[in-house]
Amino acid sequence: MSAFMQTLVWGIFAGAIYGIAAMGLALVFGVLKILNIAHGELVMLGGYVGFWAFTALGWDPFLALILVIPATFVLGIVLDRVIYRYVVRLWGEEKIKNSLLVSFGLGLVLSNLAQWVFTGDERSVQPSYAGQGLDVYGVLMPYTRLATLGIVLVVTVALHLFLRKTYPGKAILATAEDYESAELAGINIDRVYMLTFALSAALAGIAGQFVTFTYALAPSIGMFWTLKAMIVIVLAGTGSILGALPAGLVLGVVEALSGAYLAQTYKELVGLVIFLLVVIIRPQGLFVRK
Amino acid sequence: MSDFLRIQDVSVAYGDIQALWDVSLNVEEGEIVALIGPNGAGKTTLMRAVAGLNPLKSGGIHLGDKALHTLRAHQIAEQGVILVPEGRRLFGGLSVLDNLELGAYSKRARQVRAETLKLVYELFPLLADRKLQRANTMSGGQQQMLAIGRALMGVPRLLMLDEPSLGLGPLVVESIFETIKRMNDQGVTVFLVEQNAWQALELAHRAYILEQGRIAGTGLAQELLRDDRVKQAYLGISPAAEV
Repeated sequence: MSAFMQTLVWGIFAGAIYGIAAMGLALVFGVLKILNIAHGELVMLGGYVGFWAFTALGWDPFLALILVIPATFVLGIVLDRVIYRYVVRLWGEEKIKNSLLVSFGLGLVLSNLAQWVFTGDERSVQPSYAGQGLDVYGVLMPYTRLATLGIVLVVTVALHLFLRKTYPGKAILATAEDYESAELAGINIDRVYMLTFALSAALAGIAGQFVTFTYALAPSIGMFWTLKAMIVIVLAGTGSILGALPAGLVLGVVEALSGAYLAQTYKELVGLVIFLLVVIIRPQGLFVRK
Repeated sequence: MSDFLRIQDVSVAYGDIQALWDVSLNVEEGEIVALIGPNGAGKTTLMRAVAGLNPLKSGGIHLGDKALHTLRAHQIAEQGVILVPEGRRLFGGLSVLDNLELGAYSKRARQVRAETLKLVYELFPLLADRKLQRANTMSGGQQQMLAIGRALMGVPRLLMLDEPSLGLGPLVVESIFETIKRMNDQGVTVFLVEQNAWQALELAHRAYILEQGRIAGTGLAQELLRDDRVKQAYLGISPAAEV
């Protein structure tokens, strides 16, 4: 029983990171209506900011978030101004196809740049308290993982409140629903798209920082995270931004359980099977009304 | 009196298909001007062009001395030119209050948001009762009221309405038209597109007829109501109307 509980807990911890990585992708997909294949590369770059904050400055990995978040937010603004704002202006099929092409290309550029600047070595961060944690009836909960889960929950609630309760947040939701109506109401949608993309990049950055002490960091991890995030947003239902968290937890738990009870090699496979089942049986997603 | 809204030789094309050909018209301050014409004549296209949603191929649109055709849609809203789009286009997942507040997003409107909200609630008490309800759970008539209310939150100098009666029952249409009249009495200039030509002409001071992307006629609304050709084509009074 405690082995089962332990697996479940590991799944939740992993799923929290999937959730926050996917939330950024869902935000851009829901508002800009483009699929950003380079999202995983933003996770990777956020990770490197955190890695160097730890290695060069000696900052605690959680403290480093105050550097990672603004750094990736600004990177998001730059990428929107230089690239994405031109993609967003396209129409219909041309828009989604070009967004795939352009962001796939950008992903390659970013991962190769990272390889060149940071080398291809796998990096990770080990804070002094890495091995410590709570032991709840034989179920181990490391402090780093608990803090990760806590921060993910706080960020999700903060994003929810921002979108639902603040004026700029509501402008984002309005633009997601009907960008022409938003313009007619006086909303500068160009600005909304920029803010949304920057928020998405910051969410990716937070996920990347968690990767540095949970998984290994390397320039090539981007595609892995893009794929995980894509599976999660399909589970959550396209257009559901905050649904990414529960969907991420579902994916994390399913992967952990299948890793433990089927075989470690089937872990990835089971995630994809779930993905297919949702697409076939409940294509609107698990966490969408109607 | 100088022209308020001046549309001059406007042409609009969707790709290779031209929808408007050298359309010129003007709306004076304080007027209600109707634009009537058959389906596909380009009425909606013209409205969208004024609001900045369709780029012009040639020509110009001015509000007073201000050129609107060089501005983006949200900047045009900032100038007080507000469009209630065809089919209402509310933010369906958001509450009635959110929809209204977002209508006042432009800097100019935001400063007087609280006062405008009070006025809109006076005009549509129903919206006050339902302010926390999600917009897409309301009936068509209520949604049209919300769409007009949202436009009023933008403090319009020129209010443009595209097919406000579309899909609504006759009683609701009547109350919508009464509201438009009342807003006009309070000094809002109205530019209205309607397929329901008879009702539009009853309400308007003047009207333009748009056919196949060109202005085919204009006049005082009362005169157009008596015009034989208009009667035949748009009011369905004489049989065998061929447009």
